[in-house]
Amino acid sequence: MPKIVPLNGDDAASYAMKQIDPDVVAAYPITPQTELMQNFSQFVADGEVQTELITVESEHSAMSACVGASAAGGRVMTATSSQGLALMWEILYIAASYRLPIVMNVVNRALSGPINIHCDHSDTMGARDTGWLQLYGENPQEVYDNTIQAVRIAEHMDLRLPVMCMQDGFITSHAVERVELLDDEVVKDFVGEFTPINPLLDVDHPVTYGPLDLYDYFFEHKRQEAEAMSRAPKIVKQIGEEYEKISGRRYDLLHPYGMEDAETAIVVLSSTAGTTRVTARELREKGQKVGMLKIRCFRPFPKDEIVELLEDLKAVAVLDRADGMGAYGAPVFNEIRNALYDADGHPEVVNYVYGLGGRDIGVKEIKKVYDDLSEIARTGKVKQRLNYLGVRE
Amino acid sequence: MSEKPGWKEIPEGGVILQAGSAAEYKTGDWRTQRPVIDRDLCINCLICWINCPDSSIVVEDGKFKDFDLDHCKGCGICASVCPKDAIHMEPER
Repeated sequence: MPKIVPLNGDDAASYAMKQIDPDVVAAYPITPQTELMQNFSQFVADGEVQTELITVESEHSAMSACVGASAAGGRVMTATSSQGLALMWEILYIAASYRLPIVMNVVNRALSGPINIHCDHSDTMGARDTGWLQLYGENPQEVYDNTIQAVRIAEHMDLRLPVMCMQDGFITSHAVERVELLDDEVVKDFVGEFTPINPLLDVDHPVTYGPLDLYDYFFEHKRQEAEAMSRAPKIVKQIGEEYEKISGRRYDLLHPYGMEDAETAIVVLSSTAGTTRVTARELREKGQKVGMLKIRCFRPFPKDEIVELLEDLKAVAVLDRADGMGAYGAPVFNEIRNALYDADGHPEVVNYVYGLGGRDIGVKEIKKVYDDLSEIARTGKVKQRLNYLGVRE
Repeated sequence: MSEKPGWKEIPEGGVILQAGSAAEYKTGDWRTQRPVIDRDLCINCLICWINCPDSSIVVEDGKFKDFDLDHCKGCGICASVCPKDAIHMEPER
């Protein structure tokens, strides 16, 4: 029987890790992820998991140890935030290029500086092209569900790429919500036994990981990696469907709300989707044709599905919790607008950078965005393409 | 490049699936100068064999046999350590 418990996002992720019982976890504490790994360390200390927990001296070492353990043939997990993710940077690419199915929870936090510990997406947006898949979770329930699914996605024989599961720092990681947990046995059966490919510990078949790969083969290996990534959307969808069968909860690449008759819509990731849904519902009850598109899977970017949902709209606002310094618009806006370029009669797309460093966003701000969209839809004119939402002028 | 296998044909993740394959990599191509031995001067002390960083001094029955020119990079350490000046370097042409 599934049980319903009050958990915050960090608790939910660590509980999923306990049920997955990975072979190796290597991690280093960083706010607001600390509680996640603290819980998991307790499970290790209490003998509730068989995991080898490696406490390392930095995140660079944490990801390096994960790469080694995964190449050796283990099921490997870790977690981090912000500066910790930044310190893992060069090893993130190595994990992906060696095709190691590591699963990492990232609790989103602003990158310094100025120094800040609260939520924005500048950490993982910077890591969007490392070759990792990115699943953004809205609440503790999604964090729990994404973590379990990520194991199956990463280890899929047609993929073999690492996956990071995001949640908003403090907003999700430290706020207690209702979470429905699966039975231990159900999770165990769902994730199954890990089958490594070319493990270093198979001494009868010695292999080399990480040899020098120059101009004569490097390009071909990158091409393989890109090809694997192109197979990912189908795999993410398929695992989502399988997960629905054991949990009753449906997961897809995108989670639309009110899009069936919407004329304008907001595109958003993570916890702000909750605020946006509430606002959209309120406006829809008043007869306004507004919708919301929550992106769960940002890497790979589900271009075709996004175009299908947005191409017939009049105006779209993309909410970005990270700025793109010097770029024409922030990361999510950039890709959405690019994807719509080929669509027939594409909508006007505007960008709102919001919530940097944990700045709160509420119904009032979201309503302003919907108002701006209805103005664009009515007049066909965009007064300002790139906007900052919630900053003091 | 075109004679090499394409991306669909090679092992994924840059992994090398057989052990000891470094021997197949002919690093001798990198050489700009090659060692030449005067066998009349050589006393088979094998100090060159001890010092060669590329294991390119071939020894048989405890005696100097030859240089492995497939792997010798031409660094000249053997010539430099030889106590009898039996090895000298000549430019590759």
